[in-house]
Amino acid sequence: MNLELLRKKLLAAARGNPPTDRVPYAFEKRILARLQGQTRLDLSDLWAHALWRAVAPCVGVALVIGAWSFVALNDAAISQTMAVTENQDLSQHFEQVMLADVGEPNEEIR
Amino acid sequence: MERSDTELIAAVLKGDASSFEPLVEKYSPRLFATARRYARRESEVEDIVQEIWLKAFHKLASFRGDAPFEHWLMRLAVRTCYDFLRGHQRNRESNFTDITEPESDWLERFVAQPESASEDVDAAKQLVARLLEQLSPPARLVITLLEIEDRPVKEIARLTGWSVPLVKVRAFRARAEMKKVLARLAREKYL
Repeated sequence: MNLELLRKKLLAAARGNPPTDRVPYAFEKRILARLQGQTRLDLSDLWAHALWRAVAPCVGVALVIGAWSFVALNDAAISQTMAVTENQDLSQHFEQVMLADVGEPNEEIR
Repeated sequence: MERSDTELIAAVLKGDASSFEPLVEKYSPRLFATARRYARRESEVEDIVQEIWLKAFHKLASFRGDAPFEHWLMRLAVRTCYDFLRGHQRNRESNFTDITEPESDWLERFVAQPESASEDVDAAKQLVARLLEQLSPPARLVITLLEIEDRPVKEIARLTGWSVPLVKVRAFRARAEMKKVLARLAREKYL
């Protein structure tokens, strides 16, 4: 089979048979009705677009606040640990001061 | 008095959507003929043309007016048809066992006497439609524009948005793809 000739014959058949340009009945009216319906919906479309645009800044703000909270919490935890340590030094010192008068270990009690 | 395309477009851009209707009436026949090259079912053809008009309406502000409106619209149409082909790629590797009797008879006549097989027969038209459906979307698009509609390469580049070298490369590959499909037809039919 001569494939090249077959290809040319089939393409010639396609060329000789252009598709119809018939337009379905009332097609223009349907298009206009759809476009006018879409125009009325534009306000909700605008609102939806505005909301979508706000997503990125909101996520950014949320991340910043989250990071700041994390850092602030860490600082608070460190301060609390230091305060506990200081308190322990203070209480030990108080004990030493208060019990300093109890006496030397080898002193006899009469 | 009939308004020109430029006047109608200006009116639409100012907010008068009803001025779009004369444009739809004027250019829909051409769009339907174009869409029917790429879709077989009438419902799909109407969907494609509707989509072209919706895109045209929403992108109308981007029409600069340095070329006729028809050229801008046809560029939009070709790209929409290409998107349709890409979105509706079925199993293109289907076999030819379901070809009809008239198509089979036409092929028999071609094998017996190639020069006498007429192109002006329904069977030949159905066979070529079946053949085109087996091609990849870029191959089908370029074969349709270049070999069936006889458009120059530069015009195809403008319509598709491809560069001229890319159109040529795709045309070369499309012809090779067609030959492969025909070879498969010959093998399945006659072996």
